[in-house]
Amino acid sequence: MVPNVMLSRHRYDTVKRLGKYIVMRGATILITTIIAIYIVILVANMGGYVDEIIKTEIQFYVYETIRNNPAYKGLNKSTIDRLAQEMIEREIKRLGLDRPFIYRSFNYLVDALTLNLGRSYRLTSASGSRQVKIVILERLPASILLFTSIQLMLFFSSLLTGLYLSRKYGSKVDRIIVSLSPLSSMPGWFYGLFLIMIFASWLRILPYGGIVDAPPPERPLLYALSVLKHMILPMLSWFIAYFAINTYSMRTFFLMFSSEDYVELAKAKGVPPREIERKYILRPTLPPIVTQLALLLISSWMGAIITENIFNWPGIGSLMWEAIANNDPPVMIGIVTIYAYLLAITVLLLDIIYALIDPRIKIGGAGT
Amino acid sequence: MIRKLRGFFRELLLYKSALAGIIIIASLVVLSLYAVITIPYEEAVKKWNSIEYWEGLPRNAMPSWVNFFTRNKLPETIILDTRGRGENINNINKTIVPLSGGKYIQRILLTFNYVYDDFPSEIILRIYSNSTKQFTSQITWVKPGGIEYILSRKLLRGYEAYYVSKDEDFLKRFNANLISKLGSKPSYDLDVVIALFAEEESSILSKDTVKVSKGEYKVIVDVLIGEEDVNKVQIDAKLTVYGKVYGIAGTDHRRRDLVLALLWGAPIALAFGLTASITIAFTQMFIASISAWYGKGMDFSIQRITEIFMVLPFLPMVLMISYFYKITIWRLLLVVILLSIFGSGVKSYRAMFLQIKELPYIEAATAYGASSFRIVLRYMIPKILPTMIPSIVLSVPDFVFLEAALALLGVGDPQAVTWGRVLEDAAREAALYKGYYYWILEPSAFLLITALGFAMLGLALDKIFNPRLREM
Repeated sequence: MVPNVMLSRHRYDTVKRLGKYIVMRGATILITTIIAIYIVILVANMGGYVDEIIKTEIQFYVYETIRNNPAYKGLNKSTIDRLAQEMIEREIKRLGLDRPFIYRSFNYLVDALTLNLGRSYRLTSASGSRQVKIVILERLPASILLFTSIQLMLFFSSLLTGLYLSRKYGSKVDRIIVSLSPLSSMPGWFYGLFLIMIFASWLRILPYGGIVDAPPPERPLLYALSVLKHMILPMLSWFIAYFAINTYSMRTFFLMFSSEDYVELAKAKGVPPREIERKYILRPTLPPIVTQLALLLISSWMGAIITENIFNWPGIGSLMWEAIANNDPPVMIGIVTIYAYLLAITVLLLDIIYALIDPRIKIGGAGT
Repeated sequence: MIRKLRGFFRELLLYKSALAGIIIIASLVVLSLYAVITIPYEEAVKKWNSIEYWEGLPRNAMPSWVNFFTRNKLPETIILDTRGRGENINNINKTIVPLSGGKYIQRILLTFNYVYDDFPSEIILRIYSNSTKQFTSQITWVKPGGIEYILSRKLLRGYEAYYVSKDEDFLKRFNANLISKLGSKPSYDLDVVIALFAEEESSILSKDTVKVSKGEYKVIVDVLIGEEDVNKVQIDAKLTVYGKVYGIAGTDHRRRDLVLALLWGAPIALAFGLTASITIAFTQMFIASISAWYGKGMDFSIQRITEIFMVLPFLPMVLMISYFYKITIWRLLLVVILLSIFGSGVKSYRAMFLQIKELPYIEAATAYGASSFRIVLRYMIPKILPTMIPSIVLSVPDFVFLEAALALLGVGDPQAVTWGRVLEDAAREAALYKGYYYWILEPSAFLLITALGFAMLGLALDKIFNPRLREM
């Protein structure tokens, strides 16, 4: 009976420690996220300067409507001025611009944190809505379709190639990949320029950009094919830019693990190579690989501002750029908030998973 | 020390890629020095943003050397100026022809030989008189074979710029003339340049067969002058027949010689990339060392600040700031540095410092009473420097391309003369659609070479300084 009590006592301690660890991590991540979002709110509003722009626009707009409205034609100037002043004040109040920015910035923060993304100042969705949520959701599929596919493709192809090369390093293929790695010193969009030049401008076999032919094909199958055709060049540009370096780092990573002492021991014991790879190399390298994949997928939701711009791809990246170029803080804050939340949740989940599987955390020394 | 350095270089040169990288970087440095010494930055900016300075150059001209590779020779620009500047003095002739009734004609005869296979891009005739009086002038165009056209009759007072290639009036007359001569109309929109330079046979009727009439062209400027003015009035003319090729790099849509931008792009790219990568790496390393050495509260706050900065999306933040505040390239550099000093590098350097901190020699230093300052600066940082150098070199292209990317989005410094700005102009003018490939390829080639140079050197350094990689 005694050992059993000991065991459950021990288990209780572990759960308690784990719980404390997770709560602490959750709290730090939450505070970090809140501060980051607040910084974005300050920058996106130019520290309140966007308000001034909006106020001037309201004034201009009100006087314009009064001038164009025949009902106000006969009135004298002071009455019109009074009317205009009233309308301006009403409009400013409606937008909540009558209170100081610092005060409102905290309102914005609360709104953002509760995912109450509000209405955009200028940008509208294709359906004409000004709900930031709708504007963002409309662009999301395009970004996810393109960049999540690119990231998945890059990740798994370089993982498998890296694993293969680590098995036969020094071979010809290995040398080629290593010598190609300087290609990655240039970003994907840069290769995009060349690819457009070759395949769209010169050979004229692939489109310059966009997501689908104009006018879009009616049949779903043809539509899908057209989208696929438009995805080739952006995907290829990222593949050229990042495949070699990703493969190179995967290979080096695996090589480092395969020269560990316990792998040598397993080899000496005569464990079959396949099993060594699975149990002795892949398993310990799994956590960092999973982390990498998760973070890649999260960042792919933001799209890529420059690649989307060059390929005219209607995703989140180009939405972000439109929001910046049109002084539309609610949209910018919306995008960044969702990104920050996704990132925070992913990081916390990964922490919890590792806390559950990593014996070091279970035993004590949680570390940071 | 010197022997160590020599050994290091010998080892470095064993890698061919390192040698190639060093050669590339060295030539970029030479190019930058040349740019900085020959044209001061302010002057380069002023020239680049001026319109008058580039007046004599053709728009969107390809580099001259394309003529070596094609059978169809593209035209160079021809300038004839009676004020005596330029090498074509022999082809300029000024005479005074007396008329009956006390009137005179000042006649300027400009002759040039046209031997190219393609049409010029534009023709502008500028006429200058030193009097404020008004005169009647007449301009005649003579093609090889003596075909004559009166281009226009104009009233001249002071300075007159006559955009020959935009003369719709003449074009109407020419078309009517062509129909009466050949019996049918051209099947395409014939423009003034073609009208003035094409052979007038049936080949002119189709866009595919229209040919340049090679030979001697004459432009005659006649100005009618009264007796009282004949010795006082001085008439000058400048004819510019814009070609389709220019210089070693060609020109852009505002007639600017791309050589200037390509040349000055080098020092800016190097300064931007190197300053950013070196400053960021050292600041991150310094912050990490403090975090690791002091631990506790200091470590906690530095780590939390780093995490906040890691949540902030870098590119959108840089874009917002540079778009809102319309900052210059050097302010941009500052923003990039400030946003990056708490980057992920702090985490990895901290991890290295934490390992170093446990090493026996640090323990020994603490035991004999070395100050924290001394330990961090003299014992910990030097240990980490070798691993930093490759990553500094490798990150230079990132910042060069960051500047180019911002320029491409149109938020770059509007004054700066960079490779990115040339790319932006090309993209905005739809160079890819119009087939001006040289315009995109030239700045891209410089960006590409710069990136490759730093990448090849950086990867070789990585193998030398991180011995674990070397055996692989």
